[in-house]
Amino acid sequence: MLELIDLHARVGDTPILKGVDLVVPKGEVHAIMGPNASGKSTLSKVITGHSDYEITQGDIRFEGESILELSVEERAHRGIFMSFQHPVEIPGVATSVFLKASLNAVREANGLEPLDAAGFLRSAREKMKLVELDKSLLHRSLNEGFSGGEKKRNEVFQMAMLEPKFMLLDEPDSGLDVDALRVVAGGVNALRSPERAVLVITHYQRLLDYLVPDKTHVFVDGRIVKTGDAELAKAVEAKGYQWVRDEQAAAR
Amino acid sequence: MDEARKLVSERGDYKYGFVSDIQSDTLAPGLDESVVRFISAKKAEPEWLLQWRLKAFRAWEKMEEPDWPHVSYPPLDYQSISYWSAPKRDEDKPQSLDEVDPEILATFEKLGIPMQERAALAGVAVDVVLDSVSVRTTFKDKLKEAGVIFMSFGEAVHEHPELIQKYLGSVVPAGDNYFAALNSAVFSDGSFVFVPKGVTCPMELSTYFRINEANTGQFERTLIVCEEGATVSYLEGCTAPIRKESQLHAAVVELVALDDAYIKYSTVQNWYPGDKQGNGGIYNFVTKRGKCAGSRSRISWTQVETGSAVTWKYPSCLLIGDDSVGEFYSVALTNNYQQADTGTKMIHIGKNTTSTIISKGISAGHGQQSYRGLVKVNGGAKGARNYTQCDSLLIGDQCGAHTFPYVEVRTGQATVEHEASTSRIGEDQLFYLRQRGLSEEDAVSMIVNGFCKEVFKELPMEFAVEARKLLEVSLEGAVG
Repeated sequence: MLELIDLHARVGDTPILKGVDLVVPKGEVHAIMGPNASGKSTLSKVITGHSDYEITQGDIRFEGESILELSVEERAHRGIFMSFQHPVEIPGVATSVFLKASLNAVREANGLEPLDAAGFLRSAREKMKLVELDKSLLHRSLNEGFSGGEKKRNEVFQMAMLEPKFMLLDEPDSGLDVDALRVVAGGVNALRSPERAVLVITHYQRLLDYLVPDKTHVFVDGRIVKTGDAELAKAVEAKGYQWVRDEQAAAR
Repeated sequence: MDEARKLVSERGDYKYGFVSDIQSDTLAPGLDESVVRFISAKKAEPEWLLQWRLKAFRAWEKMEEPDWPHVSYPPLDYQSISYWSAPKRDEDKPQSLDEVDPEILATFEKLGIPMQERAALAGVAVDVVLDSVSVRTTFKDKLKEAGVIFMSFGEAVHEHPELIQKYLGSVVPAGDNYFAALNSAVFSDGSFVFVPKGVTCPMELSTYFRINEANTGQFERTLIVCEEGATVSYLEGCTAPIRKESQLHAAVVELVALDDAYIKYSTVQNWYPGDKQGNGGIYNFVTKRGKCAGSRSRISWTQVETGSAVTWKYPSCLLIGDDSVGEFYSVALTNNYQQADTGTKMIHIGKNTTSTIISKGISAGHGQQSYRGLVKVNGGAKGARNYTQCDSLLIGDQCGAHTFPYVEVRTGQATVEHEASTSRIGEDQLFYLRQRGLSEEDAVSMIVNGFCKEVFKELPMEFAVEARKLLEVSLEGAVG
C-alpha cells in the first residue's frame, strides 16, 4: 500500500533521509525502531507532506500512485492518517466540532454524503468506549487540558472515527504508562484489517508486545539498515542500537 | 424650501457653487456656517435644533483633530467634503442585479445573503426590489401595536420634538470630541427608537435597517431611549460589503436606559476596507455611548468589525444607576492594510455597578490593531465590579496587535480583573488540522471561530451565523 523508494529528504540544507526503501503491504503492521536523531520522525512528516521538508530524490507511492505532488489534506483524503507524537491543543474548538468537520471533509473529498449529527454522535460514543475516553471530552476544546494518555487515546479515537486506509503512528507510546499503552494498542488492533496497513514508529519495544508487528525495521542515520520480524525488536531492545551498527560495520 | 432658496441668494458670492435646482442638488464641497444652515433648512428643522447645530459647529471650529490613536491616515481636508447629497436618482442606479459588479455578487453568495435582499444592498433602483414595501408595512404595524416608536431621526424631529429635545446630546454632548462636534453640526439622518414603559420591543430592529444600509449617510445620528422596564434589541449594519459614496463616516449613537431597562445594540460592519494595498477604504470614526441612567438598567454593545480602512470607536457605558450593568463584546479583524483602534470605556458612577469587557482582535496581513479600554471607578462607586478579557490573535508575521488598558479606581470597594493574551495561529495547529483533511483556509476559520466564540454567542442568532461566514470571507488569502 505504501512504498518509499530510495527516498532522500532534507530540512533546510541538512539531509536527514538518505535513501529509504520500504514497502508496507495491505493487511500488515510494520514497526520502525531507531535511536534519537536517526530521522524517524522526519519519515512521518515527509509521508504526510509537511512543507518544512524537501524531497531531493526518490518517491513515495500510495496504492501505486506517487503522492509527492499532493497537499497535506489531499493525502489525508486518500486515506493516510497520522497519530501525532505531540497532539496540539486548539482552544475554543470543541473536539466534536473538529472531528465532525474532519470526517465530513474526507467524506466530501471521496464523493460521500456528510454524516448527520445523530449518526456522528452514535458512532463517537461507541468508539470512545473502545479507547476508554470519557464522553465529556467530546465537548471540551480539542486536547486542551488533556493528559498525555488522553491525548494519545484521542488520536486513536479519531483514527477509529475516520477509518483510514493507512495508519502512521508516530511514537504513540511516548509518555504513556503501561495501562494506557495497552488501551492504545487495543484500539489500533481493533482497526487492523486485510484492507489496512499500519506503520508504527516507536522508541521502545514494549508497545510491540501488544501491537505485534509483521515486520520490524531498524532505522539508523537516515536509512533502514536491518529488517526482521517481531523478534528483531526484542533483540534490539536487549542488545541496543550499537549492536546493529557494529553488525553493519562488520558486514562492510 | 423657501428658506433654503433665501440662504442661497443671500450668499451672493456662490463660492461653493450651489447647483440651481435645489430640489435635487448636491452641495459643493466645503464647510462653514452657511452649510449648517442649509442642511437644517433642507430638513425644515425647528429653530432650537438649528441653534444646537450652530453651537456644535462653532465649538468644532475651535477644536483640533485628535492624533493620539494608534492609526495613521492621510490628513482629511474637511473643506473638500460635500456635506449634503441628495439620494441617488433611480436612473443612476443599477437597474438590475446584472448591472452590479460581479465581485460584489460573488461575496453576497459566499455570505449567504438572502436573494431578496441582494438587490437592495447593491443599491439597485428601488422599484425593482421585490417585497421590500410589504416587509416594511408589516414591521411598522407590529411596532405601532406595541407602542414602539421607530423612525428616521429626521421624521422624529417633526413628530416627537419633545423627546428629541429632551434626549439629544444628553449622552454625547456636542463638545465631547472633534468628530462628535462635527457630527452634531452636520448630521444628515439616522434612527430614533423610543420604547415606552414596560414594553418589550416585539422584534429585533434590524430588517428595516438592512434594506436601507446602502443608503446610510456619512454623518448618522442615532438615538435610542428605553423607559422604565423597557427592552429593545437593535442591529446595525450587515455583513454585505458596502461601498459608500464618501470616505469619512463619523456617526454618533446615544443610548438611554431608565430603571430596569435593557438595550442590546449589535453591530456588524463590513464597509469597504480599501484595496489590497490599503488605498481608498472608508474611515469609520464613531462615537457610541450608552447611559445607564436608571437603577438596574443594562446596556450591551456587541460588535463585529471587519471592514473599513480605519476603525476608531469606543462604544461605552456610563453606569450611573445603582446596580446597573454595562457590557462590551467585540471581534475586530484587520487584514491587508486595515487599521483599528477600538475598545470601550466603562465608567462606574452608581453603587454596585458591573461591567464586562470581552475583546477579541484578529490581525492578519499587514493589519494593525489596538485595543484601548478605560475602566473608571469613581469615588462613590462602591461595590463596582469589572471583568476585562482582551485577546489578540495574529495570523502571519507582518501584522500587529497592541493593548492600551487604562484602569482608574478611586474607591477601595471595587473589584477589577484584567486578563490579556496574545497568540499566533501556530504552524503545528494548521498542520494538525490539515492532516485531518481540512483545507488550510478551513483550518484557519475553525481556529478563528473558536477564538471568537465567546463574542459570537452574544450576537442575535442569525447575525451570529452571518458573522462566522463573514470572518471566513474576510480571512481569504490571509494565510500563505
